[in-house]
Amino acid sequence: MRITLFFILLNFLFFFSCKNKSWHLTKIEANQITVSDSLLKKSEVEDFIEPYRTHIKKDLDSVLAYSVKTYAKTNGTFNTAIGNYMVDIIFDEANPVFKKRTGKNIDMVLLNYGGIRSNLPQGNITASHAYELMPFENSIVVVPLKGTTIFKMINYLIQSKQAHPISKLQLVINKNYELVKAEINNEAINPEKKYYVATSDYLHHGGDHMDFFKESDTVFNLNYKIRSIILDNFKKIDTIQPVIDNRFIQINN
Amino acid sequence: MKRRYFLQKATAATALTAIGGFGIQSFSSLGAQKQITILHTNDVHSHIDAFNSSGNKNAKQGGVARRASLIDSIRKENPNTLLLDAGDIFQGTPYFNYYGGELEFKLMSMLKYDAATLGNHDFDNGIDGLYDQLPHAEFEFIIANYDFSNTIMHTHTKPYKIFFKNDIKIGVFGLGIKLDGLVNHELFKETKYLDPIETAQEMTRILKHEQDCDLIICLSHLGYYYKNTPDKICDLNLAKGTNNIDLIIGGHTHTFLPKPTIVKNVDDKHVLVNQVGCYGINLGRIDFYFDKENEKSAEGTSILI
Repeated sequence: MRITLFFILLNFLFFFSCKNKSWHLTKIEANQITVSDSLLKKSEVEDFIEPYRTHIKKDLDSVLAYSVKTYAKTNGTFNTAIGNYMVDIIFDEANPVFKKRTGKNIDMVLLNYGGIRSNLPQGNITASHAYELMPFENSIVVVPLKGTTIFKMINYLIQSKQAHPISKLQLVINKNYELVKAEINNEAINPEKKYYVATSDYLHHGGDHMDFFKESDTVFNLNYKIRSIILDNFKKIDTIQPVIDNRFIQINN
Repeated sequence: MKRRYFLQKATAATALTAIGGFGIQSFSSLGAQKQITILHTNDVHSHIDAFNSSGNKNAKQGGVARRASLIDSIRKENPNTLLLDAGDIFQGTPYFNYYGGELEFKLMSMLKYDAATLGNHDFDNGIDGLYDQLPHAEFEFIIANYDFSNTIMHTHTKPYKIFFKNDIKIGVFGLGIKLDGLVNHELFKETKYLDPIETAQEMTRILKHEQDCDLIICLSHLGYYYKNTPDKICDLNLAKGTNNIDLIIGGHTHTFLPKPTIVKNVDDKHVLVNQVGCYGINLGRIDFYFDKENEKSAEGTSILI
């Protein structure tokens, strides 16, 4: 009994001495540990991941279409087959959505060269290729731009000397990089007319310094991801065979 | 290579003096020593599996299942361990595209993460997409400079949290990066960004002076440093421009630091700034040793990095 009391008292004193605590930091030691393959996988965690992994793998590995050639963005000067493919399917898939919602048609499509994130290889095409081509979550927006602003866009396209993908816009420049012809829907661009330009929300927000989009204060968000458009097109068509065409060319005079 | 620093208290001479040999014992001669282990990751970006073996410099590195066994072994060695993440948990592999972050949060819960702050990519499915995954997270989201009061995230994050480990009081607060310009407005909606320095000073006032914490950690997604805009707020500028923070665990810039950076704060005291790259390739480990205050231990802190 007396011993118990003694312990209680001791604890009490200890508690009090701690109350006025002042732990002092005396030493800090830092290390970085690489998560290498010499570490064992915790089986509980691995087993938990497995069904998710299997599902994704099965889904991503299923063949959706066939690509006739290998299409790379480096193949082409002012337009590339892979870029043309991306913007043309955006027009095909997004225009019905836009028309249904607004009663209007998309006049042209613009993406950026940097946004083509991989090649499309020859052979079987699976969903995983859509993720490689477009790993980001960007969606399609439609921005009304006045003809005068379209000319600023054209100037940007000429100056950049990169094959930024365009659809439904036709450009011809001469050897001095001067504009010879600019048409939308086979008609010369009217500076006063409003054109509906489909693009990525990333570019609409000034990505790749496409500042001309800032001249419009309206935007229609289709909430349609570019990757979903690619996947929908893979599922719809059997054979992918885009070509380099005359949508943006340079003539020799 | 390990280097040892003996850091003088601010009241004494402030020079960073390197000393050789094993002088540590002299600081821990009296009473029990307490050890707190801080483990941390940042910018894991949905990298649940290890990198595959094809010609990549990170081949076979990373992977949550391996990180789990590593964390288990460290916790076995020292149960007084906190596991923290500095944001950008989401986006980077199809796991995110397919499951919207559910698996990332479930696995972090299995690994018993104590807290995470938010990165810009955690808004990639919108603030609603983030909110939808919250039921899968059994850890706290800590962020002090995002005002969520007009959003669905209101009341689902905390500016700071206090952890007690082995009688040591640890205050952790979080800081996020300015979302405007990085994330579309319609994704982060009415989330208001508050000044990181002012917020940090308010947090340290609470944690140091009101709560009397023994250790103060900032979980930051501000980024380590921006060479082209050196005045932009970043972890190094945060460390310099504040006081009472012991450790800043950073993210965003995917900076692989070979060792933590030591920065002097406004009180001329030392702050550790660390970041461990990205994709779960590395786990950061920082051990803090505390002694009962006595004449000897009051002399300073030695930092081994």
